[in-house]
Amino acid sequence: MSGHSTYEPKSGLEKWLDSRLPILRFTNDTIITFPTPKNLNYWWTFGGILALMLGIQIVSGIVLAMHYVPHVDMAFNSVQRIKRDVNFGWLIQGMHANGASMFFLAVYVHIFRNLYYGSYKAPREVLWLLGCVIYLLMIGTAFFGYVLPWGQMSFHGAVVITNLIGALPVVGHSITTWLWGGFAVDDPTLNRFFSLHYLLPFMIAGVVALHIWALHVPGNNNPTGVNVTSASDTVPFHPYYTVKDGFAISVFLILYATFVFYLPDALGDAANYIKANPLVTPQHIVPEWYLLPFYAILRAVPNKLMGVIAMGGAIASIFVLPWLDTSKVRSMRYRPTMRLYYFIFVLDCIVLGFCGAHSPDDPVFPISVSLQLLDANLNSFVWLSRIAALFYFVYFWVITPLMGLTETPLPVPETISSPVLSHPAATPAGAAASPEKRG
Amino acid sequence: MLRKSLALAALGLALSFSLLGGAALAASTQEEPKDVHWSFEGPFGKFDKAQVQRGYKVYREVCSACHSMDLMYYRNLGQKGGPFFDPKYQNPNENPVVKSLAHDIQVKDIDQDTGDVISRPAIPADKFLAPFPNEPAARASNGGALPPDLSVITRAREGGAAYVYSLLTGFANPPAGLTLPPGKYYNPYFPGDLSSSWHGKGDAPKGGAIGMPPPLADGKVTFDDGSPSTVKQEATDVVAFLEWASEPRAEERKQFGLGAMIYLLIFSGLLYASYKKLWKNIEH
Repeated sequence: MSGHSTYEPKSGLEKWLDSRLPILRFTNDTIITFPTPKNLNYWWTFGGILALMLGIQIVSGIVLAMHYVPHVDMAFNSVQRIKRDVNFGWLIQGMHANGASMFFLAVYVHIFRNLYYGSYKAPREVLWLLGCVIYLLMIGTAFFGYVLPWGQMSFHGAVVITNLIGALPVVGHSITTWLWGGFAVDDPTLNRFFSLHYLLPFMIAGVVALHIWALHVPGNNNPTGVNVTSASDTVPFHPYYTVKDGFAISVFLILYATFVFYLPDALGDAANYIKANPLVTPQHIVPEWYLLPFYAILRAVPNKLMGVIAMGGAIASIFVLPWLDTSKVRSMRYRPTMRLYYFIFVLDCIVLGFCGAHSPDDPVFPISVSLQLLDANLNSFVWLSRIAALFYFVYFWVITPLMGLTETPLPVPETISSPVLSHPAATPAGAAASPEKRG
Repeated sequence: MLRKSLALAALGLALSFSLLGGAALAASTQEEPKDVHWSFEGPFGKFDKAQVQRGYKVYREVCSACHSMDLMYYRNLGQKGGPFFDPKYQNPNENPVVKSLAHDIQVKDIDQDTGDVISRPAIPADKFLAPFPNEPAARASNGGALPPDLSVITRAREGGAAYVYSLLTGFANPPAGLTLPPGKYYNPYFPGDLSSSWHGKGDAPKGGAIGMPPPLADGKVTFDDGSPSTVKQEATDVVAFLEWASEPRAEERKQFGLGAMIYLLIFSGLLYASYKKLWKNIEH
């Protein structure tokens, strides 16, 4: 898409098409000859994995929609009918339900890889923003999708989440009623959630196209974070990365298949095998694992509106990250102090997920002594999630801007090839002074 | 790099599972389900057909008095993977055993000539007969409690088959100090909170008050194959049946999975070899 195109139409038909709609040139430049840094590691294969997962979700979802009935009286049984009576329905439904988890697993690896290697920094801010939009759309799609089987957790999860909007002052209740299509989560809600669940993936696909376009303007970042300087730093995307990504995709599919074929319900909740009953509330309402960290942040704040704002802020912080990071060095390979905070941040997100899965009042440590401070029991998940949520925001809004100004990064190699061809210690000193050429 | 990355990923996965696993345990106020072993466990597990057949008899003669199985049809009993599957009758609607099992049951229908409600023997295409016409009727006959539908019961409870087995075999006399309301039975495996009924010393016992009286008893079901008619046998068999009914395609799923796994492993190996060969001369 950018730079010089090496495509040469060979046959007469190709020449004719190339001067009218250069789609073959576009394909060639995008996925065949696209110059890609030669030092990408396996963390870079998750882009391809995500593209495949989106494809699997859309195709399996379209087939499921042929058999699913979006009606409160029939939705639950129609999903069971798919698993029992539709030819290979058990496979398609299992792929779709577990595919959502795999999709999120891959997107989290992809996002954390970005954070580590500073891929969001100039000139890739738009690429990053588009990625954030995709993630936001994924959360929406997953939420709508989880409601569709109309189990207990589907229904009560939908009630909890839609009620959050009611926390907004003045307009909250009107918006909630409008969203529900009535005065409670009911048939109209299920119908529109089904419609939106079908719509959003195509919006994701559209933004993915923009995401790839935005990737192909500056090209890939790489583990050193150093810009590509010469052709010897790169290899053509095909066959080098089609094969490497292909291998990684295949390994990822083994993990995926393990869940689909041998642990189909391991990531779900038993309560969702009970048909939704508005009169019986499950003991613990928890979202799917991939949304637990945000759920923990929501519950960490005693005030409902402030909790919603904190949860929104947690996602908004990801969006503005490129402008919070003041460091000139992209890759954390050369930022030892920041790297330490990064790993604490990863752990923090896991801890938040852990908190989201537990009741707020459950003790964190199984000791009978309560760590009482005034009227607060510090040995409870709500307090752990408060500490973890605080660190989450501190990481984005304090540590990230400050570290870039105060830390002393290690020497950064001048080119991608130098750390490969010679030992990192042998790279010329003073390289850190001009670690990269921006834009 | 690969080894390190994979090890990290595996570690992360293991960590998150152990954390989530801990989540399920921390909140429980009931006894841990008994440790039972079933033929259908594991990636190669298969149903013991004779056991599932006996289990159907237990359901039919005991459970079905109160519990519906709305997702089940008599034809399911004779489909591939089902307890009465006969390779001679690929279409379960033609299976004579299934036909006769269905024939034993009278279902309501509409007479197409008169429009009157009539009773006729069931056919394989009929749904399992529900014991009550509606929820209020079910509650009225069970002291206000609603016997849950058993179609997906082993999926719909934490602990699955082991939980259902433990519940069925776990009824006990309430410990001294526990006064339960009439029509409620003490079961240490049933989730609940007994503190309001507890007058003894210390914490209330684990478990809950269940509306179902102990359903199984020695000699309650006579098995056609001469298996001993003990509570343990009845419970094991009916749980195997319920597990099968919760996911009749489970065997097909595992079988298909084996092929998919072998394919993916070979495919990954080939791709890895291609990758190594292709990148051999690239310094990276």
